[in-house]
Amino acid sequence: MQTTEQTRSQLPQLTHARNPGMTLDLDWVASVQANTSAIERRAATLGGRRSVKKDYQAAWLLKAISLIDLTTLAGDDTAGRVQRLCAKARQPVRPDLLAALGMEGLTTGAVCVYHEMVETAVRALEGSGIPVAAVSTGFPAGLSPYRLRIAEIGESVRAGAAEIDIVISRRHVLTGNWQALYDEMAEMRAACGAAHVKAILATGELGTLRNVARASLVCMMAGADFIKTSTGKETVNATLPVTLTMIRCIRDYQDRTGIKVGYKPAGGISKAKDALLYLALMKDELGHPWLQPDLFRFGASSLLGDIERQLEHHLTGHYSAANRHAMG
Amino acid sequence: MTIKEIFDSMCYGPAPEGNAEALAWIAGHQGRFGHWIDGAFTAPGEVFATKNPATGQVLAEVTEGAAADVAAAVAAAKRAQPKWARLSGHERAKYLYALARLVQKHSRLLAVLETMDNGKPIREARDIDLPLVARHFYYHAGLAQLVEAERPGFGPLGVCGQVIPWNFPLLMLAWKVAPALAAGNTVVLKPAEYTPLTALLFAEISREAGLPKGVLNIVTGHGDTGAALVAHPDVAKVAFTGSTEVGRAIRRATAGSGKALTLELGGKSPYIVFDDADLDSAVEGLVDAIWFNQGQVCCAGSRLLVQEGVAARFHDKLKRRMDGLRLGDPLDKCIDVGAIVDPVQLANIRALVEGCRDGEVYHAACAVPEGCFYPPTLITGLGSASPLMQEEIFGPVLVSMTFRTPGEAVELANNSRYGLAASVWTENVNLALDMAPKLRAGVVWVNATNLFDAAAGFGGMRESGFGREGGWEGLAAYQRPLGRAQGLKPARAEAPALAEVAGLDRTAKLYIGGKQARPDGGYSRPVIGARGALLGHVGIGNRKDIRNAVEAAQTARGWARQTAHARAQVIYYIAENLSARADEFAARLRASTGKPGEAEVEAAVRRLFTYAAWADKYEGAVKPVPIRGVALAMNEPVGVIGALCPQEAPLLGLISVMAPAMAMGNPCVLVPSEEAPLLATDFYQVLDTSDVPGGVVNIVTGAHGELAKPLAGHMDLDALWSFTSAPVSGLIEAESAGNLKRTWVNNGLARDWFGAAGEGREFLARATEVKTIWVPYGE
Repeated sequence: MQTTEQTRSQLPQLTHARNPGMTLDLDWVASVQANTSAIERRAATLGGRRSVKKDYQAAWLLKAISLIDLTTLAGDDTAGRVQRLCAKARQPVRPDLLAALGMEGLTTGAVCVYHEMVETAVRALEGSGIPVAAVSTGFPAGLSPYRLRIAEIGESVRAGAAEIDIVISRRHVLTGNWQALYDEMAEMRAACGAAHVKAILATGELGTLRNVARASLVCMMAGADFIKTSTGKETVNATLPVTLTMIRCIRDYQDRTGIKVGYKPAGGISKAKDALLYLALMKDELGHPWLQPDLFRFGASSLLGDIERQLEHHLTGHYSAANRHAMG
Repeated sequence: MTIKEIFDSMCYGPAPEGNAEALAWIAGHQGRFGHWIDGAFTAPGEVFATKNPATGQVLAEVTEGAAADVAAAVAAAKRAQPKWARLSGHERAKYLYALARLVQKHSRLLAVLETMDNGKPIREARDIDLPLVARHFYYHAGLAQLVEAERPGFGPLGVCGQVIPWNFPLLMLAWKVAPALAAGNTVVLKPAEYTPLTALLFAEISREAGLPKGVLNIVTGHGDTGAALVAHPDVAKVAFTGSTEVGRAIRRATAGSGKALTLELGGKSPYIVFDDADLDSAVEGLVDAIWFNQGQVCCAGSRLLVQEGVAARFHDKLKRRMDGLRLGDPLDKCIDVGAIVDPVQLANIRALVEGCRDGEVYHAACAVPEGCFYPPTLITGLGSASPLMQEEIFGPVLVSMTFRTPGEAVELANNSRYGLAASVWTENVNLALDMAPKLRAGVVWVNATNLFDAAAGFGGMRESGFGREGGWEGLAAYQRPLGRAQGLKPARAEAPALAEVAGLDRTAKLYIGGKQARPDGGYSRPVIGARGALLGHVGIGNRKDIRNAVEAAQTARGWARQTAHARAQVIYYIAENLSARADEFAARLRASTGKPGEAEVEAAVRRLFTYAAWADKYEGAVKPVPIRGVALAMNEPVGVIGALCPQEAPLLGLISVMAPAMAMGNPCVLVPSEEAPLLATDFYQVLDTSDVPGGVVNIVTGAHGELAKPLAGHMDLDALWSFTSAPVSGLIEAESAGNLKRTWVNNGLARDWFGAAGEGREFLARATEVKTIWVPYGE
């Protein structure tokens, strides 16, 4: 039981001051640069620079599980489907494997669903300590009436969501209307109340890394607790260059304000190897605090399956198969 | 550690690359190697140990190359060369292609062996060195295929003696061997004493490629072995990469031998960060600039120049990044910085940093293993006078200064004896493209650093050496013009002057800075015509006149910034004015040489037209390098060119050296024919009427034998050409070692100034240096 308690202590909890935001500083926003070629070079060499093997790899993969926002965001979601997902969040890896790894009690970081599924998920996760995140504000396009988008946040919070993943209005970024982006973000943050707010930038639709960087900063200035890459519905979702751009902004924001803002890459991370790369990037660029669920999450659905197979391989020396692991 | 403990700490663990195959290869040779001569290993002789710098353990013993070994290797190469050169380009291409393929097939073995012998991280050996090696052989297979068709009139030099350093042992081998073989030369290569093993493995691989015996020979040893190779009379070309001091010694050692020489030497390359740069990317660039290969990189961005307004923030970011670097076992796949190549080098680095009396030294807060390791280090607050701002440290030590304006950044960047590479970081394309041509460096990287490719020329300016490696320009350094030149006759001895000058006395002066100047020494000498008549007097220029002329030429460097069209206009105008006075010059030629002068004047006018035409047509290139971006090969003027003009063809010879220099943007200091100097002193009147800016052409009459030395030794003269019959080629090459100026000497051989050899691309190439500007792009 003690092990379980220790593992649970890794679950999301408020160990850092929430981001109170700050006045919009347009000079700072305008000064932000992001050199695409250089960022891509850094991203491209990362895989060759960092490698974790054997027990270290297993431990890092387990860490990755604890950071997953296990997600279902499909039009055909039902209560049954969400309950199954929540069960998987409670028991993400086969008990015998977790026991062999000495990691009983490990859970995912959160479960992420649409508003209509929030209550089901909250009930299914009762007592687990696993928070429910709701995508909101007219996800994924964010083009429903503004009033309704704000109202949607309140609905989800009342339904029990501890985290709200909002989508920003991409048009404000694409037209350089930083004031509008700031105001929107600030109001959404206010609407969240005690719930943590993750700002989804939909980076695949912002055109340039410079826009990604500027949007990241404005959202942090307006009080985002997390900045998140994608809805998972864009053509291009989380990438390493986008990640590097966003987490460098998080570092600059901390340097100037002392506030730690979280990061969530979402969409397109489906391999254990990719997860290790992201963790190494977070460790090297931002440091240990960003390897904990209160400052880092993977938005992923199929990643867990690949990690499970890798963990079984680690324990047995034999390559595993998907049907040996429970579906989520 | 339990998995749970690692889960909590999220530390990196060991990730070792296996080395069993590499050890097995060494064991397969009983740990002892001879030289590779004539397609086989010789029996090991007197041996020395090569060690793994990360562990201090002996990896193998290799043979100390004695003079006899060098002689045997050169003899084998000499025997093999004619047949190798007679092969079609396609046949040679097939061998180079096979070498490329085999390097790829054995890439892991080569990478692991390189890491063990050198101490560089396996990531770098595996992901950077080896792919570049294979790429170099592929690219040069292509050059071999095309060389006959694309370079008619040129052929191989013969046996190439190549001496390479320990920092990129196999890559430097590739840079040397591939172009030499592509052009039809054979090779004797001496790897560095610290890192001989991959060269020996490569030799074995060359046998798998079926390379004919004697085409590639490897002789291991220390400096004496290299010196014996450089000195061997049957070596036609010496190529060296290494320290500037050794480069200078090789320049002196080969002076007057007629050997072709290329030198790729040290550097203290500036890394310029403007306040509008992506600072985080610029920080990351420094990791690749100065902590790549433990900073043991000739073109390392070792001199940080950061704009004052962002300096504090930039240094903070940099220090934090340094703290995150991981030092350790080079075979570990998760380390950033490996071992220093040898304890001797480590001691050098330590001594230089500990000897630093000013500035603030910051060592990265990362764990430093026991042994041959040195932490990434940043020294801030230095002035340009600090020794560490000027001296190459050749280790993981970055020195930093601030600047205020782009102009000041250029001045500080160029305030160095070196000129190998430079990086410029700014998001402003105007600024970047304005900076790149102004930096005295053979390679400029915009928003990047340490990008290399076989298609792009690499090499230095100033005391970073001369010659380019890579691209067509690199191949040219392994070729010579076909044909055999005759020896020059010595200049006609002057008869004592007894006769009187006919007509009104004229005073021929020197021509310096666009003005006529009396010789500093105040001496003149008579000029005797072909039939013994006294034609007049000419000033005897001395070293101070040379000083004044070089100074005047340096102040005229703005000539290079005139448009090529404007330079062409001036040269056409000279031709026009010379043509208008053709009769007068023809008469002077007849009086001086005893031969009709009309043809020479006509040829001189034609030559001026040729270079006026070339001024805006000697084009650079865009190199197809494997990045999203462009690598521009720009033909930049060498600088101030001095020339000892031919004794024969006193007008045409002078113009044949002046015009290409001018056309390419170089001011020049010309020492005209001693036999017939009055053609030159008449000619400055033509210059005066042709809109030639003062200082672009300077004429100092005097004795070639006297003036060669002050010219060759002048530290502010960038190049010196000699076509004189005076036996000064050796002297010039030896004296030029001071600032490693580019020399082009005739070794006493004649040139047909009236024919094709008297003009064209060879002159243009000598008047320019290729600067490779890498501009990655993308938004």
